[in-house]
Amino acid sequence: MPEELAATAHQFEDLAQQHEADELGMWVFLGTEVMFFGGLFLGYTVYRHVYFGAFEAGSHLLDLLLGAVNTSVLIASSFTMALSVYAAQKGRKKTLITCLILTMILGSVFLGIKGVEYGQKFHHHLVPGYDFNPEGNFPAHMSLYFSFYFIMTGMHALHMIVGEGLLLVVLILAAKNRFTAAHHATVEVVGIYWHFVDIIWIFLFPLLYLIGGR
Amino acid sequence: MSSLTVDEAPQAASHVHYLNVKFGVKSWLFTTDHKRIALLYLASITFFFFVGGAAAVLMRLHLLTPGGLLVEPATYNKLFTVHGILMVFFFLIPAIPAVLGNFLVPMMIGARDLAFPKLNLLSWYVYILGGLFTLYAVVAGGVDTGWTFYTPYSSTYSNSHVIAAALGIFITGFSSILTGLNFIVTIHKMRAPGLTWFRLPLFIWAIYATSIIFILGTPVLAITIVLVALERLFHIGVFDPALGGDPILFQHMFWFYSHPAVYIMILPGMGVESELITCFSRKKIFGYKFVAMSSLGIALLGFLVWGHHMFVSGQSMYAGMVFSILSYLVAVPSAVKVFNWTATLYKGSISYDAPMLYALGFIGLFTMGGVTGMFLASLGVNVHVHDTYFVIAHFHYIMVGGMVMAYLGGIHFWWPKISGRMYPQGWARFAALVIFVGFNLTFFPQYILGFLGMPRRYAVYPAEFQVLNVMSSAGASILGVGYLIPLIYFIWSMRYGPVASANPWNAKGLEWQTPSPPPTENFEEIPVVTEEAYDYPVREAQVA
Repeated sequence: MPEELAATAHQFEDLAQQHEADELGMWVFLGTEVMFFGGLFLGYTVYRHVYFGAFEAGSHLLDLLLGAVNTSVLIASSFTMALSVYAAQKGRKKTLITCLILTMILGSVFLGIKGVEYGQKFHHHLVPGYDFNPEGNFPAHMSLYFSFYFIMTGMHALHMIVGEGLLLVVLILAAKNRFTAAHHATVEVVGIYWHFVDIIWIFLFPLLYLIGGR
Repeated sequence: MSSLTVDEAPQAASHVHYLNVKFGVKSWLFTTDHKRIALLYLASITFFFFVGGAAAVLMRLHLLTPGGLLVEPATYNKLFTVHGILMVFFFLIPAIPAVLGNFLVPMMIGARDLAFPKLNLLSWYVYILGGLFTLYAVVAGGVDTGWTFYTPYSSTYSNSHVIAAALGIFITGFSSILTGLNFIVTIHKMRAPGLTWFRLPLFIWAIYATSIIFILGTPVLAITIVLVALERLFHIGVFDPALGGDPILFQHMFWFYSHPAVYIMILPGMGVESELITCFSRKKIFGYKFVAMSSLGIALLGFLVWGHHMFVSGQSMYAGMVFSILSYLVAVPSAVKVFNWTATLYKGSISYDAPMLYALGFIGLFTMGGVTGMFLASLGVNVHVHDTYFVIAHFHYIMVGGMVMAYLGGIHFWWPKISGRMYPQGWARFAALVIFVGFNLTFFPQYILGFLGMPRRYAVYPAEFQVLNVMSSAGASILGVGYLIPLIYFIWSMRYGPVASANPWNAKGLEWQTPSPPPTENFEEIPVVTEEAYDYPVREAQVA
C-alpha cells in the first residue's frame, strides 16, 4: 500500500504511537459513557427498590419475544463487527466491507424492532408525560418504570444511531482503500464503541424485561 | 540541555512562532494548534469572568442597605444564579485546564501538540455553544434556581429559563470531557524520551488528576441535567414526589459531580502553585512524590464526600457521619501540599516577583478556606452555619482566594512564554496586593456574617448586619479594580511590553527551553529528558 495513505499525524512520532493514542482515547471515552449510563442505572436501582411491584408489573407489559429477538440480533451484530476488525487486521477489503454492511443491517434491524416496540407502547397508552393511561388496574408509580424504560432504551438507541453513522464513515473509508493491515485503528476504535453499546443492552435487557420472572 | 536557556533575547521576537506564522480570523478559528486554542479559551474565559463579575458587583451594590438598594428580590435571585453558573461552569472549571493546560501540557511533556488537535478545537466550539445557550437564558429573562438547580423547584415550579441554562451547562460539560480525554491520552502516550512519570512537572500531575474527575464526574452531571430537562418538559416523575419520584435523588446525583467539580476548580491551581513556589524559591520541591500522589488522593477522595452538602437534606444520620469522616480525610492530602510548599520555601532563595506574590497569597487564603471547610465537615457546626454566608466565605476563599489567585499567578508566570512580552513588574505587584486586600475585605466579613446567622441567597437582611455588609461591598469594589489592572497591562504588553527571553525566570521545565513565543511545533527537536523535575542547583552556603 502507498505510504501516504498510512500517514502519521504531525503530533505523533510514528504510526504505532498514533494507534495506541486512538485506542486509549476510545477506552477513556467509554469510561465517560459508563458514568453517563451509571447515573441512569442508579436512578433505576433506587426506584426499583422502592417500587418493586410497580416495576415488576411494568416489566410484564413489555414484549419479551421482541426483546429477546433484539438481543440476539445485537449479539450477532457484535460478531460481524468482530469479523470486520479481523478482516481489517488481515487486510481483506472485501470481507471487511461485507461484514461492515452486515453489522449495519443488523443494527438497523435492532432499531426497527425497537421502533415497533415503542409503537406498541404508544398504542397501549404507556408513555409517561405524554399519554399514560394503561388499561385495567395497575400499581401506583408504574409510570416511573416506563419513564426509565424510555430514557434508558432511548439513550441506548441514540448511541446505536451514532454507531451506525460511525460504521458508515468506516465503510466509506474502507471502500476508498484507506485501511491496510498495518493501518486500521479507525476500524478497531469503532469496533470497541460498537461492542460497548451492545454490552449496555446486555444489561438493559434483563433489568427491564426480566423483572420477577415470567 | 538546561544550559541552553538564558539570553538569546534581543532578536527573539523576529523568529517565526505560533503567533506570527499565520494571520487573519480564519487562521484562528480553524487552528488546531493547542497554543492558539489556549488563547481562544483565554479570551472567552476572560469575557465570562467579567460578565459573572458584573453580576457580583450588582449583588454587592444591592446589599449595601438592609432593604436592598438596587433590584427586585426576584432579580436578585437571577443575579446570584447567573454569577454562579458563569463563574463555575464557564470560568473556574475551564480556567486553568483549558487555558494554561492547553498551552502547557504538550510543551511540558515535550510533545508537538495534544493527541487529538481537532478534538481540542471542537471542545472550544462546544464550550462557546454552551456559553451561547446560557447567555440566551440570561438575556431572555434569566434563571432563578441558583447554580445548583435543586429539584423540584427547577423541574416543576420555577418560571424562568431553566432548560436553556441547563442545556448550556450540559453542552459545556462535553467540552470538559473532551479536554480531559485529550489530556489523559496525551500524558500517557506522548511524553518525551526519558520523561518518566516521576519526572513530570507537578502541574502535569495536577492536570492529570483533574482530567480523571472530568471524565468520571462530568457525564453524571450530563445525565442529571437530561433528567431535569425531561422532568420539566414531559413531567416524567423522576424527581417529582407527586408521581413517586424523589427530589433528594437529584441532590445525590448533582453533588456526585459537583463536589468533585470543586476539586476540578482547585487541583489545577495547586499544580500551578507547585511550579511557582519551586521556581521562585530556586529550590527543588520538597516531597515531590507526596505532592504528586496527593493530587490523585484528592481526586479519589473527592468522589466519596458529596453527602456533606446534604447534612440537613434528610439523609440518614449514619450516612452523615460517614460523609463527615470522609470529608475530614480530604484535609490530609490538602495539608500535605500546603506543608510541602512551605517546606520548599524554607531556606529557599525567595524572590518576590508578581507570580510569587499570587503564589504566597494562595497559600494563606487556601489554608483559611480549607480550615473553615473542616468546620463545615463537622455535623454539629454545619447545622448551625448551613446555607449561611459562612459557606459563601468558605468556598470563595478556596475558589477565588485559591483558584483565581493561582490562575492569575500562572498567567503572570507564563505570559512571557505565551505572548513573548514582559509586563510591568511594578504594576503587577501592585495589582496582586490590591487583589489580596480587596479579597479579604470582601470575604472575611462574610465569615462573621454567616456565623451570626445571615442566610445566603437573600435579597434583604436585618439592620444589625449592615456594617459588615458595607465592608464586604467596599472590598468587592477594590477587588474589581484589582482585576481590571492586569487586564489593562496585559493588553498593553502585547504591543508595548519589553521582549521576553526564552526563560525570563530562569526556571526549569521543558517549556522554558524553547523560544518565547514557541514555534508552532513547540520544539525544533523533541528534547530528551535526563534529569528530575525542578533540578535547581543546591546552594552550598545554605545547606551548611
